Amino acid sequence: MDSSCEGRDVELRELQRLEGHTDRVWSLAWAPPLAGSPPMLASCSGDKSVRIWQETPSGVWDCKAVLDETHTRTVRSCAWSPSGKMLATASFDATTAIWELVGSDFDCVATLEGHENEVKSVAWSTSGMLLATCGRDKAVWIWEVQPGNEFECVSVLQGHTQDVKMVQWHPSADVLVSVSYDNSIKVWAEDGDSDDWHCIQTLGQSCCGHSSTVWALSFNSTGDRMVTCSDDLTLKIWDTSDNPSQTSSGRCGSWKHLCTLSGYHDRTVFSVHWSSTGIIASGAADDAIRLFIENKDSSIDGLSYKLLLKKEKAHDMDVNSVQWNSKEPELLASASDDGTIKIWRLSGISS
Amino acid sequence: MVSGLINENPVVYERKERRARSAPVETDEYAEDLIDQLEIFDILIQYNIKDPEHPYSLEELKVITEDAIEVDDKQSYVRVTFTPTVEHCSMATVIGLCLRVKLIRSLPSRFKVDIRVAPGTHATETAVNKQLNDKERVAAALENPNLVEMVDECLAPSFA
Repeated sequence: MDSSCEGRDVELRELQRLEGHTDRVWSLAWAPPLAGSPPMLASCSGDKSVRIWQETPSGVWDCKAVLDETHTRTVRSCAWSPSGKMLATASFDATTAIWELVGSDFDCVATLEGHENEVKSVAWSTSGMLLATCGRDKAVWIWEVQPGNEFECVSVLQGHTQDVKMVQWHPSADVLVSVSYDNSIKVWAEDGDSDDWHCIQTLGQSCCGHSSTVWALSFNSTGDRMVTCSDDLTLKIWDTSDNPSQTSSGRCGSWKHLCTLSGYHDRTVFSVHWSSTGIIASGAADDAIRLFIENKDSSIDGLSYKLLLKKEKAHDMDVNSVQWNSKEPELLASASDDGTIKIWRLSGISS
Repeated sequence: MVSGLINENPVVYERKERRARSAPVETDEYAEDLIDQLEIFDILIQYNIKDPEHPYSLEELKVITEDAIEVDDKQSYVRVTFTPTVEHCSMATVIGLCLRVKLIRSLPSRFKVDIRVAPGTHATETAVNKQLNDKERVAAALENPNLVEMVDECLAPSFA
């Protein structure tokens, strides 16, 4: 039973439960829609494998491929290239594997080595020309995609003082954001003159930042806001009215704290994702999924966000990942320590 | 001679007499059998989880006591507060990891487990607590063969 805060019939209905992984599922990625190809979802797990799920014509999701025997430890993160033809997977085995969709098979075409130990996140830039990885070695690596499935490391970014949990690219600019166990959020951009990458902003506690590990971040579709989630049980919304790549002079520059959503989750918030229609989903160690929307009625203190729906017991254990589908924005996928993935449909939202 | 041990002469306490479990008066098989403090304590000491550097059990060293266990079965929640033998004990994270692994292996998966060092008993209390409760770090540690061997050794049944 959903507890909706809207008084309307907003419902998050479970469509299907995908079983197959034999350990916790850490992360999910919807494939960008490919012309003439059914929708696909990738998942990665503590069982060292990646699974590719595909929707059949009858609307049922089936496991189409299991990518194993490549990573030797937990696969922590997966990301599709914008073209939908490549999949990158980051593993605790210190490598990032690049898979190419050839016909209906996935071939491992490259293995990126360089991190000292666990790689925790991988992300493609919107242009598909750059790849970022981060890990326990406190570093963020930027790779350039070159012809012939070559990946050249163009920068190793040091700045975080503890392991880096996640990296995400801005939806339109070549700006990268990283979040860390050191409680901070860092914004990185290329210096126009020297081709070198620099940290242009750090959002720490002095800038209304998080007071514990920041686990994830997500941009809204236009890229003028981002949301972060943390072990401090809050979500924070950040806003930039300026160009996100603009170097800030002060310590709290271009990105500014807009609001903090607290008092909702009871345990660590591991995942947050902003839908193309503006709904924020969060998944946490309290086994629940929550949805938030901008509160447009609020006239008191400007912009704020409110709880739209709370799905208690969305999974039997921690929810590690929530991802909205970009093409069908009412479709949500979630992954859990219980080893399952769930596909949900949100209904009752008046747009 | 330097022994190389972090705590050369730990205080060893006598094992406490077990609180007798009161026999159920009625045998209502539909009654809920809730997991309580004593049961968690039993899980943690029944095989005498050993100190990583001494032959003594965590109970004998008073690293864990029954009182330091909070459990709420209905909320599926357990918190264990342990007391390292010395303030600078570098073994604190290993002990904490052993406690977590033991509980993961023993309790139903619905349980949420928090492990922490007792307030004021460790020099880097915040850092130790943060590490012990970061499940990604715990997962990575449990894929490290050397650490797993150390944990398994601590958890090995001794029946002493």
